[in-house]
Amino acid sequence: MKARAFSYFRAATIDQALDAHARAGDDARFIAGGQSLVPALSLRLQAPRLLIDITRIGELRGVRREGGFLRIGALTRHCEMLSEPLIAEFAPLLHAAAPFIAHPAIRNRGTFGGSVAQADPASEFPAMTLALDAEIEIIGPSGSRRVKADDFFVDLFETALQPGELITAVFVPLFKADQRFAFDELARRRGDYALVGCGMLATCTGEIIDDIRISFFSVGNTPTRVKGTEATLIGSSLGAERIAAAQAALASDLAPPDSDEVPPAMRLHLARVLLGRMLGRLGEGA
Amino acid sequence: MSAPLTSLDRPNSYIGRSVPRPNAKRLLAGRGRYVSDLRLPRMLYAAFLRSPHAHAKIISIDAEQARALEGVHLVATGADLAKICTSWTGTLDHFKGMTSTPQLPLPLDRVVWAGQAVVAVVAESRAIAEDALELIEIDYEDLPVVADIDSAREAGGPLINPGNANNVCFRSQLDSGSVDDAFAHAAHVVEEEFCFGRHTAVTLEPRAIVADYDPAAGALTVHHATQTPYQFQDLYSRHYGIPEARVRVIATDIGGSFGMKLHVYHEDMAVVGLSILLGRPVKYVADRIESFVSDIHARDHRVRARMALDAKGEILAMDVLDLTAIGAFSTYPRTSVVEGNQVIRLMGAPYRFKNYRATLEVIFQNKVQTSQYRAVGHPIACAVTERLVDMAAAKVGLDPFAIRAQNLIADDAYPQTSPTGYRFEALSHQACLKRLHAIMDYDALRAEQAELRKAGIYRGIGIAAFVEITNPSPAFYGVGGARISSQDGAILSLTPSGEVRCLISVTEQGQGTEAIISQIVADQLGLAQEHVKVITGDTEVTPHGGATWACRGAGIGGETALQATRALKRNILEIAALILQEQPSALDIINGEVVDAGTGNQRMPISEIARIAYFRSDTLPPGTQAQLTVSHHFAPQGYPFAFTNGIQGCSLEVDVETGFIKVLKHFIVEDCGRVINPMLVDEQLRGGIVQGLGAALFEECRYSETGQLVNGSLADYLVPMPMEMPDIVIAHVETPTADTELGAKGCGEAGTAAASACVLNAVNDALLPFDATINSIPITPAKVLKALKRF
Ligand SMILES: Cc1cc2nc3c(=O)[nH]c(=O)nc-3n(C[C@H](O)[C@H](O)[C@H](O)COP(=O)(O)OP(=O)(O)OC[C@H]3O[C@@H](n4cnc5c(N)ncnc54)[C@H](O)[C@@H]3O)c2cc1C
Repeated sequence: MKARAFSYFRAATIDQALDAHARAGDDARFIAGGQSLVPALSLRLQAPRLLIDITRIGELRGVRREGGFLRIGALTRHCEMLSEPLIAEFAPLLHAAAPFIAHPAIRNRGTFGGSVAQADPASEFPAMTLALDAEIEIIGPSGSRRVKADDFFVDLFETALQPGELITAVFVPLFKADQRFAFDELARRRGDYALVGCGMLATCTGEIIDDIRISFFSVGNTPTRVKGTEATLIGSSLGAERIAAAQAALASDLAPPDSDEVPPAMRLHLARVLLGRMLGRLGEGA
Repeated sequence: MSAPLTSLDRPNSYIGRSVPRPNAKRLLAGRGRYVSDLRLPRMLYAAFLRSPHAHAKIISIDAEQARALEGVHLVATGADLAKICTSWTGTLDHFKGMTSTPQLPLPLDRVVWAGQAVVAVVAESRAIAEDALELIEIDYEDLPVVADIDSAREAGGPLINPGNANNVCFRSQLDSGSVDDAFAHAAHVVEEEFCFGRHTAVTLEPRAIVADYDPAAGALTVHHATQTPYQFQDLYSRHYGIPEARVRVIATDIGGSFGMKLHVYHEDMAVVGLSILLGRPVKYVADRIESFVSDIHARDHRVRARMALDAKGEILAMDVLDLTAIGAFSTYPRTSVVEGNQVIRLMGAPYRFKNYRATLEVIFQNKVQTSQYRAVGHPIACAVTERLVDMAAAKVGLDPFAIRAQNLIADDAYPQTSPTGYRFEALSHQACLKRLHAIMDYDALRAEQAELRKAGIYRGIGIAAFVEITNPSPAFYGVGGARISSQDGAILSLTPSGEVRCLISVTEQGQGTEAIISQIVADQLGLAQEHVKVITGDTEVTPHGGATWACRGAGIGGETALQATRALKRNILEIAALILQEQPSALDIINGEVVDAGTGNQRMPISEIARIAYFRSDTLPPGTQAQLTVSHHFAPQGYPFAFTNGIQGCSLEVDVETGFIKVLKHFIVEDCGRVINPMLVDEQLRGGIVQGLGAALFEECRYSETGQLVNGSLADYLVPMPMEMPDIVIAHVETPTADTELGAKGCGEAGTAAASACVLNAVNDALLPFDATINSIPITPAKVLKALKRF
């Protein structure tokens, strides 16, 4: 299929981009890597009249430390998550998740901001922002604000982002020496969207879990933090019994949707298996 | 096993050598010329509005707005095209009692599957044509949908074709007699019901066609990405009433086909009509989404089968019921019943037993039609037979290798006739079995499996013997009344500079047809391969022939080239003898030079003979007319098919918590007779195996209860990809056919034939400790977890 005809504008600054969007109203879309938007255009699932290319806006680029956070510019490409030393050091969970996203050609174009804005419940990065307790920096006609990842993902493909607003960066608390993380997913083929996937970040005193954030993807309408499960783990070490308790708790945290290929009970089972394996690795110091 | 030495076994022969495909570099460099790339002057683009319903009446079509859109040249409905195109019916005479409804390019009043093309738009660009599609309104009235085998067979259930008594397309029965008796006296009986999901070809290049009708000349040229240009020349001529000589079909580079591109598709027929209506070239390239809902699918069988054995594990009999659901009608011109027919005829084919009974029932349903795709019927017959053999082995207490050694036809027992009537000239099952045992290092694999099981790691080992049908004679289609040739033709010329041009009717889709033909010509003439140019795929210049289908390029096309080259060589040597004042029999050609046959001493280059013949015929003896162009046709005779055989093995690991399967290594020992180019044969086997593994583990066209394809995109339909594919170990046994000089049989379907059977056996082997079995393909994590009762 071929996309419907549209106009194209390449913005040089955030102001230009916001302004162009405001003038076009609902009929405009920002385009970053295009790896979600272009397929949607080609399938005529979306047919905006104007595309505003944000990839030349310098303010949306770059990865740097800012206070206790790593500021990851919205235009940071998936492949840079693999190559950028600051990410490997201060946001190792993102570094671990990146190779699971699609294939090199897509990782060379797809952007972090685009992935978070798209908020695909099967995507790796949106779920990782939850596990990382990240903050999403948004700019719009009425100014700039930071939204906690916990408050950002609202419903299927629906976020705190209002039409015409841009994600400028994501702020990730710096990874600390007393923290451990794990990432894994079950996908039929390497690079596919997962049947179920999970990322976790724990703060420990010795073997004892002081705090843990566990986030699943491909389990519902949004990336999903499993708070009940987290609670079963806090204050104890990761023995077999604890892990089993956490696995059992998943049932009340997750309500997987029906799908023709993966029935809800199977997805829950897979989530439990994945959780068990990852907590095992976390216990070993992963 | 080893045939006597012939001229093919000369030490520097091209036959048996791994030379690269001459066209590989061109294609890799992006210099391929695919129909998708083609842009003709004044060319327009077609797009089709498709039915969202699996079964519905067309009440009305409103295309006024679409017609008015700027850039739109034509909006055509079924009625418009029916005025210029006659209908076609996908039946063949030798399938007695088979029925199917006549088809037109676009439907008149009823749609029978979701995705069926209903209205065509032709516009300045594909994008404008798609804009126009959005402006067309079709009013449908739903009809009851028949979306699976059971509801199709229900007595009193909805009928797909009004006026028919039921939804049965074809029934067939085979019975060698004494089957009941054999089962009654058997020491062991194993029985199972198997399901084989639908899958489809997913060629890299989708279907593509440019039809170019010239009203001034009354001539039609069709650039068509097809395996079988002559078949389409005939069909376009007959259905559009254009004399055959004025229809030209050109099939240049093609991005994969696998059987999918030799059927008549409604869109393709429509595009020819659209070009006739407009007097301009019209292009249509199916996009991926369209391919999923309109390319033929394959398989979709449910087989109930049982096998009887004596106390020692000797197979006594098989009894089979194959139910297969095709589309709402049978595909033209090769039908949709060939797969079922081959399923029931290939069952048990590698084995010695004689008592066999089978029933085939081919059923209509509201889905896109199924038809021939790589290894037609083979994977199903192979999986059913080989799974039953493994079940029998377990019951009798024999190792899978041992039960096969006991029951496979002995290598010195040929000729043989199978209980289903297939005649085997010479196969090598036992030699292949032994070889597989060695290359798998079977005993070590079993020891490792036992060791790992103790650690909770579940590995499985599966093997599967197979027979492949190749080199088909007219018994395949010709006897059924189809104008599909089983012979091939070649025209060979010595050019003035002493090179050879070979025009041949077999075609190239990436498998290396042109490479092996040039090897054979170079070999037989005594010329360097780079001096042979092979031209294929243009009905205006290449002679009529079967082209590429089943497995026939090397076996039939290769023999055609061989005999044509020998004729040309005779003619060249005749002229050489006149010039050199020798007897032709005293001369030979080696490396482009005429030499003394006895001593090998060089006498003169063949370029010199060409020069004299073309430019200085005055120097030849009076009355000499040099014939440096020859034409030759070859039709297979002797056995109606050249059967090949082989065996595959698979080692895999099942994650019993997730149901995920990792194939660790795959093995094949294959006997395709004379191997012309080992590298190309190995590529065919690897590619075939990968397609078989795709079917075994990933590929399935899944439908909703309302007949909607629910995974019709490459995001949801999983094709096998490199990361999941194992290393494939290949070995050969060579048993040439004596029906031809060349001795080559086919190898294109061997890989696909048994790969899924191997995986099925290996997965069941891995699950042995759990008392869980799988009998359905593809084997998905969901099926494994269900069998293990994990959710
Ligand atoms: C074959 C294939 C496989 C894929 N597999 C995976 C996978 O396994 N896992 C995975 O996570 N993803 C996968 N993707 C999606 C890929 O990661 C996308 O790159 C990503 O989801 C979107 O990023 P983008 O920069 O391409 O966004 P675009 O496609 O350019 O935009 C997506 C949406 O986000 C909006 N947007 C983009 N940037 C911003 C911004 N800064 N502020 C506000 N809105 C913005 C756009 O307006 C649009 O609505 C796959 C894509 C393809 C084509």
